[in-house]
Amino acid sequence: MHEPYYDVVTIGGGPAGMAAALGAREAGADKVLILERDRELGGILQQCIHNGFGLRRFQAELTGPGYAHRYIEMVEKAGIDVWLDTTVLATAPGGAVSCVSPTGGPQTVRAGAVVYAMGCRERTRGAIRIPGSRPAGVFTAGAAQRMVNMEGYLPGHDVVIIGSGDIGLIMARRMTLEGARVRAVFEIMPYSNGLTRNIVQCLNDFSIPLYLSHSVVAVHGHDRVTGVTVAQVDSHFAPVPGTEFELPCDCVLLSVGLIPENELTRSAGIHMDSVTGGAVVDQFRQTSAQGFFAAGNVLHVHDLVDWVSREAETAGQSAARFAHGALGGTGGALAVSAGAGVRTVVPQRLVPPTGDEKSVRFYFRATQPLQPAILALHADDNVVWQRRLRVVKPSEMVVADIQVATLFQGAENLTFTISPATE
Amino acid sequence: MASEIHPILCIGCPSGCGGEVVVEDGKVTEMRGFTCDKGKAYAAEEVVAPRRMVTTTVRVRGGGLPLLPVVSEQPVPKDRVLDCVSQLRAVELTAPIAAGDVVVPDLLGLGIRFVASRSIGAAGEGYPL
Repeated sequence: MHEPYYDVVTIGGGPAGMAAALGAREAGADKVLILERDRELGGILQQCIHNGFGLRRFQAELTGPGYAHRYIEMVEKAGIDVWLDTTVLATAPGGAVSCVSPTGGPQTVRAGAVVYAMGCRERTRGAIRIPGSRPAGVFTAGAAQRMVNMEGYLPGHDVVIIGSGDIGLIMARRMTLEGARVRAVFEIMPYSNGLTRNIVQCLNDFSIPLYLSHSVVAVHGHDRVTGVTVAQVDSHFAPVPGTEFELPCDCVLLSVGLIPENELTRSAGIHMDSVTGGAVVDQFRQTSAQGFFAAGNVLHVHDLVDWVSREAETAGQSAARFAHGALGGTGGALAVSAGAGVRTVVPQRLVPPTGDEKSVRFYFRATQPLQPAILALHADDNVVWQRRLRVVKPSEMVVADIQVATLFQGAENLTFTISPATE
Repeated sequence: MASEIHPILCIGCPSGCGGEVVVEDGKVTEMRGFTCDKGKAYAAEEVVAPRRMVTTTVRVRGGGLPLLPVVSEQPVPKDRVLDCVSQLRAVELTAPIAAGDVVVPDLLGLGIRFVASRSIGAAGEGYPL
């Protein structure tokens, strides 16, 4: 059976997949293919109808669909092939991508290089173990977002939101605008997990209270949810006896984090980072499997799509170079570790520079809020680079570009730390 | 006349400075707690004339999707946001629609256009729902 060949295949047609495909074209790949399981390109952006996207990438404040639209136009102009309604089932060493679609049936595509760009999923009620009965009316915030913004259903009229992630905050406003009453947002951490902008414009604007260090300890209702019991939690997240109170509601939305969707990556035996939930990659976004790259939320959860596009462009360019034999494999890598105060760092490995790049961009998440803070790079036992940060929050990714000359000084281990700075 | 004190949380950057704006006779007379000029300008506008971009959806007939996301071209006075959304709830368009198409040329006499955030093809062109 005929197996079509592409220089670069991206798995996923959201912001990461589209930017990777465009990056591959720019870097000289003739044949580029996007495999997308939905009926259109754009991924989750299509349901994020609010604005605030693209300030860095386009120097304009766009809506999610508006951001997607610009990329879809670029993909069309660049002559990139797109297969919609196509689900990838497996990837095999050497670049065989098995997929299936209603019109094409099962097929195998041969790829010079593959970019994983499958994005992420929402953490569910099961993932955070909320006790209580199992009535209808409990949704993840993103599922509710799709219902309200794309399908035209309101999932409830009287809403409680668990978790202060950005999608939950955005949905607090969206449900309010559509006529629902949003009673409160409960966050188990002592700080919010959403952007300040969203706290102000989605909660404060509508006088929706945000309870920090609070958790839902029971969900009530038989057929449909009728209410929740909430309690304050102590520093170990255990409910404080005597602080419980009940709120009636007919809808509970969960915004408690995102999980990179890495079934394909894992089943390919690729080395994973247990904290990011994504693959371990080098500065070119190459995984432990030669010729397989990863970018965007499948690699680590971003808070700005602008950074997703930028990272995916790098991955796509690198994939094109690999397909043409201009980028090496994964050997000779230097480990980059997350030290004290750093929850995640990407990339986690550095391979010897190819000579073209002057600096490497790193993305970090902090373990706790600090104000101010010092981000430092330790090469073996010496601090070789540092930067003062006015404020760090676990919910806002820290980005730093570090010169290649600083990184490759012969050290065997590189470790980043984030520590409190004096005022 | 007594002065009013408005607490404002700045959204300009991750620092999220919290400060106070003092208003006397409708004029800002003092700002406390903001650490940059951008923050001060934002806080003053938030107290005197707060505005928000408005995004919502309108119904679409004969399209590949039942709803079209729309966005205001300029920010709307904050106290008119809910009015804008309820007006737009009554709007129904017919596909096809192109991104950037004007949905309402002047909503509620605010002089602000609402435009389509994306394109929606006619049903049958592309995948049916």
